[in-house]
Amino acid sequence: MVRYYLSKTDVEDLVVGAAILGTGGGGDPYIGKLMVLQELERGRKIEIVSADEVDNDAFVVPVAAMGTPVVLVEKIPSGKEALFSLKLLENYFNRKVDFISPIEAGGINSTIPLVVGAERELPVIDADGMGRAFPELQMVTLHIHGIKATPMAISDERGNAAILDTIDNYWAERIARVITVRYGGSAWIAIYPTFGKPYKEAAIRGSISLAIEIGRALREAKSAGKNPIDALLDVTHGFELFRGKIVDVQRFNIGGFARGKAVIDGLDDYKGSKLIIRFQNENLVAIRDNEIIASVPDLITVLDSESGRPITTERLRYGLRVLVIGIPCNEKWRTPKGLETVGPRYFGYNIDYVPIEVRIKG
Amino acid sequence: MTKYKIGIDVGSTHTDAVILDENNNLIHAEKTMTTPDVTSGIINALRLVLERSKVSKDDVVAVMFGTTHIINAIVQRKNLGRVGIIRIGLPATEAIEPTLDWPVDLKEAVNAGIAMIRGGHDYTGEPITSFDEDTVKKALKSFREKKVDAIAVTSVWSVVNPEHEVKVRELANDLLPGVPVVLSHEISSIGLLERENATILNAATIKVMINAINALREALRGMGLEHAKMFFAQNDGTTASAEYIVKFPIFTVIAPISNSIRGAYVLTGIPNAIVADTGGTTTNIGALVNGYPREALEVEIGGVRTNIRAPDVVAIGLAGGSIVETKDSDVKVGPVSVGYRLIYDGIAWGGNVITATDIALAKGVMFIDDPRCNPELARSKIPSWLVEKAYAKMVEMLEDALDRIKLRPEPETVILVGGGSAMWPKVLRGAKEVIRPEHAQYANAIGAATALVGAVVEKAYSYEQVSREKAIQDASEEAKKRAIEAGADPVTVEVAEVEEIAMPYLPGNAVKVRVKAVGKLRL
Repeated sequence: MVRYYLSKTDVEDLVVGAAILGTGGGGDPYIGKLMVLQELERGRKIEIVSADEVDNDAFVVPVAAMGTPVVLVEKIPSGKEALFSLKLLENYFNRKVDFISPIEAGGINSTIPLVVGAERELPVIDADGMGRAFPELQMVTLHIHGIKATPMAISDERGNAAILDTIDNYWAERIARVITVRYGGSAWIAIYPTFGKPYKEAAIRGSISLAIEIGRALREAKSAGKNPIDALLDVTHGFELFRGKIVDVQRFNIGGFARGKAVIDGLDDYKGSKLIIRFQNENLVAIRDNEIIASVPDLITVLDSESGRPITTERLRYGLRVLVIGIPCNEKWRTPKGLETVGPRYFGYNIDYVPIEVRIKG
Repeated sequence: MTKYKIGIDVGSTHTDAVILDENNNLIHAEKTMTTPDVTSGIINALRLVLERSKVSKDDVVAVMFGTTHIINAIVQRKNLGRVGIIRIGLPATEAIEPTLDWPVDLKEAVNAGIAMIRGGHDYTGEPITSFDEDTVKKALKSFREKKVDAIAVTSVWSVVNPEHEVKVRELANDLLPGVPVVLSHEISSIGLLERENATILNAATIKVMINAINALREALRGMGLEHAKMFFAQNDGTTASAEYIVKFPIFTVIAPISNSIRGAYVLTGIPNAIVADTGGTTTNIGALVNGYPREALEVEIGGVRTNIRAPDVVAIGLAGGSIVETKDSDVKVGPVSVGYRLIYDGIAWGGNVITATDIALAKGVMFIDDPRCNPELARSKIPSWLVEKAYAKMVEMLEDALDRIKLRPEPETVILVGGGSAMWPKVLRGAKEVIRPEHAQYANAIGAATALVGAVVEKAYSYEQVSREKAIQDASEEAKKRAIEAGADPVTVEVAEVEEIAMPYLPGNAVKVRVKAVGKLRL
């Protein structure tokens, strides 16, 4: 299917998938889910189109929310914030937007573009710029393909909006972060405006349908009494990394980021073994008995082994029985520019990136 | 003259009543059956404990209830009030309307109209936009026409600045005198939807609480106890007067679980431990921290997400009446239970159902003071391999659940309470010591009877704008004021806990300050 409308069930499935692709971060998708369900309740439609449907000269603009999770759960969005940003960019370029796109496949930003699509009756492209969740604006495949983040627009729920034009994408991140604080801790952006051709080359395709497929696979496996984890690994081409019980969680608040580590004691086949997961908003590195078994940009997700639900890094705590899975990241992240942008060294780990499937299969 | 307190705890199967003297010595205890309307069961228990204890009515100064009226009304969608819902925060928050993901039947029972209004604040305390008073008045007038039973008001970041919520109350008191107005900043903390849900549920159950209090007061009068003050156990292990709780019924919604945790503390004097309360169907496991139940981050009530302060509990379907089943060589215990029918259906009572209690009796670890109970029947009728296997399974289930409530790996003290708690062994994995105090079966009613009056205040501050000392002082004073409102003797009120939780990623050193104040009953 190249064009379709999202159903309520699709939304429920997508949110589950987005939480798994969020690798422990990306914000609580609960608010995002309710926002999308509210749109459907109001009779609006959300059209998803495959990237092939996008003409080479179509005007494509990704939209997203940025800011602090605690603000998002208190100052619930109006749902119209990103429309101000879109409008401002349209005025700036003197051109109507043809397609919008998610920038992030994991967490709450998987759902924000759907709300914008419903409000503006614009099709949402089944693709994104991460294939997972990352914390900064330049950590996007569009960036490594040389697309500029700016001119970008950043707005709040009151209707305040600004255009940024920065010398590079890192500066876009720094300045947008400051504005976000002044808006009250959350902001809505329209960013990386581009045309169909470069977009299609740079974006990670099929992210929305992948998230839906993950959610559906888990749901169907559960109702059929099958092992949901097998189904999950099947659709994501992922690997089971570890099973065990969390015995320690340490957190350090450094530079505004929630950094920390979780220590997991092995159970079942992993008895006698120990896994350490280091995180900074998202899970970054998994170390089993002093040996790295997975690292960014590959995806590391911790699931509750009873419910199969993903656990965000802020909810990790002693005593939880967990299953840790690893999922290979998109190939675009494995290029030199990709690894320079989101590889282990960018996050302060002085190690070489080795693709997860190579580590697992030896 | 010795003064006495009566404590009542309503469980799913039993309603317990105890009489304590002023030094918290147990004078008498009674177990009766819980009734579907709850109230008549409470009255039965009260009457029995009063008659059999021979304590003079005149010497009873307080009756302290731990009741399930509110949770039952919400779960059964019965007798709920119709609520006019006001959300202040527009243009923010419009993306998700109030009660959007509530179960449809509950929403229909409660929601009498929604008004979303411009106003609210940012985390800095500055307004998002100016407050739209005209629209509030219009909404209030429409609520007046609809004859709503109560009004629930939730404003964005009211935990930082409650100004707009307070304004709505003033306007409502003018336009709809006598209609209760519930403000979200008095109910719970950060998390708009969860706080709003709790506020609406509170508004919807005020009528239920009024009716319950009136019926109980009438009953007390009938027993010659009209001079006794009524208190109601709160979710956090404290108690509050009837006059106060009528405004905040949601604070009682899962109080019975806290009562047993608090009771475990009173019975042992151990302030930090894991508590397992084993009844007939369920074992609830919670943690005692400095004498109070550790609280959970969020609680689902009747299918609705809320952030009320409530104990962090792991519940397992394994207790005295749990049915033991075998399939081939596999043994299953619970979650199905014979409940109160244990004394008819249990093997040791001459019945045909193997229960967890029968296994413990056959194993020889348990003694039951009931002439109708014959452990020999359990020993002779249940094969010994099954006794061993089932008991090992039960212990393992309990040990796993105990571990799930812990926050660190070190062994901790485990306190066993509840009517079914006698079936557990004296040694458990992960436990430094296992204590089953005297009167363990009445821990819940004892917890209700011995509770202090308490109130919690949670506010958010920016330590760049307000000094840390000033912020803590401000929150402490408010908590003390509320504890006195809740029925505490002003002379005895003190701050029991101060907690500061930094809010990550927010500049200006934003911190959530949580203060709990407690005091003795004002009689």
